Amino acid sequence: MPKSGEAFWWSLFSAGGMVAALLVPIHVLLSGIAAPLGWVSTEAFGNQMQALVSHPLTKIYLFVLFSLTFFHCVHRIRHVLYDTGLREYQTPIAVICYGAAVIGTVATIFVLLAI
Amino acid sequence: MREPYRRSMSATTWWLSKRIYVLFMLRELTSVLIAAFLVVYLIQLAQLAQGAEAYTAFVERLASPGWIIFHLLVLIAALYHSITWFNLTPQVIILRRGEEQVPSIFIAGSHYVAWLAVSVVIVWVVVGN
Amino acid sequence: MAKSSITLEVFRYRPEIEQEPTFQTYTAPYHEDWVVLDALNYIKDEVDGSLSYRWSCRMGVCGSCGMMVNGEPKLTCAAFLKDYYPAPIRVEPLANFPVERDLVINMDDFMHKLKDVQPWIIRDQEKPVSEGEYLQSPAELATYKQFSMCINCMLCYAACPVYGLDPSFIGPAAIALAQRYNLDSRDQGQDARREVISQHEGVWQCTFVSECSVVCPKDVDPAGAIQQAKVSGAIDWFKSVLMPRGSQ
Repeated sequence: MPKSGEAFWWSLFSAGGMVAALLVPIHVLLSGIAAPLGWVSTEAFGNQMQALVSHPLTKIYLFVLFSLTFFHCVHRIRHVLYDTGLREYQTPIAVICYGAAVIGTVATIFVLLAI
Repeated sequence: MREPYRRSMSATTWWLSKRIYVLFMLRELTSVLIAAFLVVYLIQLAQLAQGAEAYTAFVERLASPGWIIFHLLVLIAALYHSITWFNLTPQVIILRRGEEQVPSIFIAGSHYVAWLAVSVVIVWVVVGN
Repeated sequence: MAKSSITLEVFRYRPEIEQEPTFQTYTAPYHEDWVVLDALNYIKDEVDGSLSYRWSCRMGVCGSCGMMVNGEPKLTCAAFLKDYYPAPIRVEPLANFPVERDLVINMDDFMHKLKDVQPWIIRDQEKPVSEGEYLQSPAELATYKQFSMCINCMLCYAACPVYGLDPSFIGPAAIALAQRYNLDSRDQGQDARREVISQHEGVWQCTFVSECSVVCPKDVDPAGAIQQAKVSGAIDWFKSVLMPRGSQ
């Protein structure tokens, strides 16, 4: 049995970092700036998004995007907390951080299944 | 006599002492904004479960100045994450043929090309259809 | 003709006379081709023989003269006065290590870690001399050569905030040297080093600040070595979990 499970969390962080680096900027631009400001809006925009997100491939894509990026973010936050003086609470911080990513992943699944 | 002297380092403010450490901490803190964005985006997508009108109404709420500023800050954070991430890839990905090593600029550059290509595809999928 | 001079503010710590360190200001001649080490040697030879510091080759290959120069870890034999002149230069012992005396640090922690990573060729079976040398192609050499350039100067430990916050972290040079041997085609010691490298205080504490690689005087890129070790450590971990281990 391998001594430390750190390799597993680091793998998620690393995959998530690549996914986030490649995909997050354009999604921020589209859903957070372009859509609200009406740059991409058409009259049928809501219906268009509904049809797009309902597709199983889109759901798989979004699941990967959300889940891996959540794990990437919490891993970094965990280490920032260690490196800014909270190292003595190592275990509870790790549990809270990865737990939050699990909650985020589960929430993503629920949302995607509901659409 | 020996009495080794241990110099102390502030656990909370050490990173303010040097510009390069500040940039490091800012890079790490991009994760907070990106995580916050994911929560907002997930709620945005969740509206689709209630139909297209609910989604459009939510998107209109995001047009307020506060939300636009939020998303601009997230965009800056996301860009900083992407650029620092891609620029570090040559230290991790070593490709060799014999004694020759693929130069750093191609390792990092190929990621930038992939980034552009993927972004174009996503825009096309969301908007172009 | 008046000769120019430069001011050095030097960290002093003499445990037999003081409990807290102090700074002592010295004036040394300024020469365009002098390095900080030359100024320290001048001070010791002509001004204050009690100043204690380590040095040896004065040409950047022995790794002895590492100190903090204006807050940056540097080999004092490679820090030119002209890059600081006319401002005063602050010289302190290498950061993140206990100070024995003046500019001399206690490096026991690093020496233990170096030994822990077993930085030598490990063979399952030693080849007898009669069978000849281990052959290695230039391409095989190229895979680890950069990491072999480490001179154990410990500037990377002084630059690493993770090590500064938690001295149990094994640190940049130790991991780079473990990688140097793990990548060496003559070596069969990956399993022997795995436990030390893949423990929590091994590679996983590193947060890729990368300052170690910035300060390294030999361009070893320990940060790169550590990330590469993380990748191979992760692959090892997945293999061990997903594939049954027969004989190891």
